Amino acid sequence: MIQRECGVLKTSYEADMALYPLPIARWTVGILGVVFFLLIPLGLHEYYLSVCNLVWIAVIGALGLNILVGYTGQVSIGHGAFMSVGAYTAANLATRLDSPWPVNLLAGGLMAAAVGAVVGIPSLRIKGLYLAIATLAGQLIIEWTINHVTFISGGVQASIEVPRPRLGSMVLDTQRDMYYFLLVFVVLAIVGTMNLVRSRVGRAFIAIRDQDIAAEIIGIDIFRYKLLAFAISSFYAGVTGVLYTYFLGIANYEQFQIGVSIDYLAMIIIGGLGSVLGSIFGAIFVTLLPIVIRLSMEAFGGLFFAQQTVLNLIPNLRLMLFGALIVIFLILEPDGLNRLWRNIRNYFRIWPFAY
Amino acid sequence: MSDEFGFFLLLMSNGLLIGLMYALIALGFVLVYKATDAVNFAQGEFVMISGILVAAALDVWKAPLWISVVAGLATMVAFGFGLERVMLRKLIGRPVIAVVMATIGLASILRGIGPTTFGAGSRPLPLPVPDAPIVLGPLFIPPIQLVGALVSLCFLGGFGWFFVKSRKGIAMRAVADNQQVAMAMGINVERYFGLAWAMTGMVSALGGIIWGNIIGVDVNLALVGFKVFPVVILGGLDSIPGAIIGGLIVGVVENVAAGYVDPYVGGGTKDFAPYVLMIVALMIRPYGIFGKRIIERI
Repeated sequence: MIQRECGVLKTSYEADMALYPLPIARWTVGILGVVFFLLIPLGLHEYYLSVCNLVWIAVIGALGLNILVGYTGQVSIGHGAFMSVGAYTAANLATRLDSPWPVNLLAGGLMAAAVGAVVGIPSLRIKGLYLAIATLAGQLIIEWTINHVTFISGGVQASIEVPRPRLGSMVLDTQRDMYYFLLVFVVLAIVGTMNLVRSRVGRAFIAIRDQDIAAEIIGIDIFRYKLLAFAISSFYAGVTGVLYTYFLGIANYEQFQIGVSIDYLAMIIIGGLGSVLGSIFGAIFVTLLPIVIRLSMEAFGGLFFAQQTVLNLIPNLRLMLFGALIVIFLILEPDGLNRLWRNIRNYFRIWPFAY
Repeated sequence: MSDEFGFFLLLMSNGLLIGLMYALIALGFVLVYKATDAVNFAQGEFVMISGILVAAALDVWKAPLWISVVAGLATMVAFGFGLERVMLRKLIGRPVIAVVMATIGLASILRGIGPTTFGAGSRPLPLPVPDAPIVLGPLFIPPIQLVGALVSLCFLGGFGWFFVKSRKGIAMRAVADNQQVAMAMGINVERYFGLAWAMTGMVSALGGIIWGNIIGVDVNLALVGFKVFPVVILGGLDSIPGAIIGGLIVGVVENVAAGYVDPYVGGGTKDFAPYVLMIVALMIRPYGIFGKRIIERI
């Protein structure tokens, strides 16, 4: 399809920096918009819509983590804790002050951003593995604090119920309502991230990832930008936590333990570090994996194992496949699904020529 | 002796003994890091798998104790060699997040395999050690902790000697220092990587047997692997005496903090006090008390 890029002339800086300069790209975005805004919500059954909602929530979280790990190069195993900070802030505000959901969302995100900046302070002194261990410690300490301080956790069980969000007089309580609600935030997050990485701040992040000492020498204040990366990434995580709480109807610390942090790291590694599309692919892949395993084991497991062992096998199989996929992607395709997609796309981009 | 001081001594003694047992698990971590510069986030899962193997050998196949122990050790050594050959050799030279995530993936695989093959219930791991605690004044010392501490000291001392005095140990240190020069000197770097992972497997097997006896063999045995991080950060990631000192410090801090702070916060202090200490250590002296690597500071 060599002709897709013929005849495209750009005469202004804005045109050159546009996200989708080619007509075919605009058509593609339009068609995807129709599919995601009209076809899927109106066509799919409630259960599949709830799965889609889980995927959307994961996309926002994965985008946030990719900003920190993929674009700024700071390894962080603390994402789950920031999500729980956002979730519990929003839940406490909703139950104690009866505040509307925009306030809760913003407050949850900002609180998570503040905590994220604090946890990110060690990044000014240590790098790489040590930073990963420090953020792991941050995750465990925040988990413990939320669990044990009853002012935050609201009692021994550490779970707080939140009322459904309301838009004027409409209460969002079906999966379809929740789908549109989440889709708005997903679109905001994707466009925001794409613009962030094209901007001055995004270029500073990439410079810090590639050669941080050289970046400091040319005048980028890496102190400020590292903390900013942690804060922005934690803001995304906080928003993810709040949205997850609204999706479930309850804020519970068990949803935000270290397994969740590792899930999100797997999402961005499988999807591709340092790319928006990679985060989306990774989020879809990792969120759908346990569901696909369960459906396929229920359908075909009876052929190989007795019925009881199939039920016991499913959670362990999920762990095993998850770990195996991480290792396989790291060994075979370190740049993730994004690289696979780019290879396919580039092949068709210049077809029928070879290069 | 007053009651207060007796309580404190009790906490200290338990902390020191448990600390030595943490040091045994940290030793596995240090061995791998010292020889191959790779971090092993799956250390807890290694301990769990070896505990499950030995418990299954005792329980299901009804083998006598010494055969089970030897079988467990041999399997873990083979596992270490195999792991290095299959997975880690492909990851040499990759950035740190790649190796970290690879071992996290491995931990996930092991956590799934354990209950799948051997069942999800908790198994006991009986050892011929008496149950009644030894009473020395205000101190109550469970004999298994004493045995664990002695085994730990033996192996820590043994590996310390190995790295300083034996040919293979010196070769391994050379490989850790500069791989290319070691290769130029004729040292087969990949074989020593395999040997390092095999040694980690062996040490994990010992840790699995002892910790499995104390807390029972099930999935939760892997959680003891999270304690290894404060120990090695405090002691230094690539230092064996550091593992001992770090283990002792973490053990004491954990127990003393739990003994004095628990009544105020309702329990659970021993889970997070070592991590607070670890963050403080990371800010002040990231390479630990005995660590030799210089970390870039900005």
